[in-house]
Amino acid sequence: MPIAIGKEDEMKVSEIVGKLNLKVFSGEVGLDRKISGAYVSDLLSDVMGNAEEGMVWVTLQTHQNVLAIASLKELAAIILVKNFEPEADTVLHSYEEGIPVLGTDLPTFEIVGKLYNALK
Amino acid sequence: MKLVFEIARGDFTAAGKASSGIKKVLKQLLVDPKTIKRIVVAVYEAEVNVVAHSVGGTLTANISGNEITVVVQDYGPGISDIEQAMKVGFSTASRKVREMGFGAGMGLPNIKKNTDELTIQSQPGKGTMLVFSISI
Ligand SMILES: Nc1ncnc2c1ncn2[C@@H]1O[C@H](COP(=O)(O)OP(=O)(O)O)[C@@H](O)[C@H]1O
Ligand SMILES: [Mg+2]
Repeated sequence: MPIAIGKEDEMKVSEIVGKLNLKVFSGEVGLDRKISGAYVSDLLSDVMGNAEEGMVWVTLQTHQNVLAIASLKELAAIILVKNFEPEADTVLHSYEEGIPVLGTDLPTFEIVGKLYNALK
Repeated sequence: MKLVFEIARGDFTAAGKASSGIKKVLKQLLVDPKTIKRIVVAVYEAEVNVVAHSVGGTLTANISGNEITVVVQDYGPGISDIEQAMKVGFSTASRKVREMGFGAGMGLPNIKKNTDELTIQSQPGKGTMLVFSISI
């Protein structure tokens, strides 16, 4: 489910890192990116078809196609749930694209609840 | 302008090469960002299908003044029932491919949704040719 928020309230990726106590794995240069909303899915075609530019993507997928999609869709950042860690080429691609890969030990339901409250 | 990309079977690390290459060119041609987004979705799904479902093939993009036409040709195994393949949720992807998040059965529907024209021709055993165009 996408959450869309108004332009004037746009938060930076660095702000949700602080508020949600997220780990930053890579792509620090993108912490200044503005967040337009969020999308939660582990199905790549679902994200490809429905996520919008500037959204934060919450997923448990860790391989580099996640970065390919984030780059093609111009997403703001990726949050990996439940202590999942990005694969090596995902990290590399994250630096190349300047799209941060973030992480949390929380399961999807909990981190998305917090994200919703932070963004709404 | 003509851009050609070879796509190898099973090489998921390469999925996204054609779509990101085409995206860069379209940006430089100052194509409307909304249109670029539609093109990128269709090209990405088409290249993933060649990687995931075929023995390999070629993706060719022809960009003219007002249209992009993409031809995706692979060398098998073909699609026996195209109507069924077009249905949202239909997928023959392997378990491993599904675990990676592919195989939601939304690829061809995504291509259909984001293109102005789409034709699929397939000969079981021989290969599949997907042609789509989007005005730019
Ligand atoms: N190039 C292709 N060669 C052979 N079969 C294909 C090809 N593209 C699509 N298919 C078939 O059509 C089905 C649906 O494709 P798609 O909608 O992209 O979903 P998915 O790729 O998630 O399975 C595939 O699972 C596969 O059976
Ligand atoms: Mg597909």
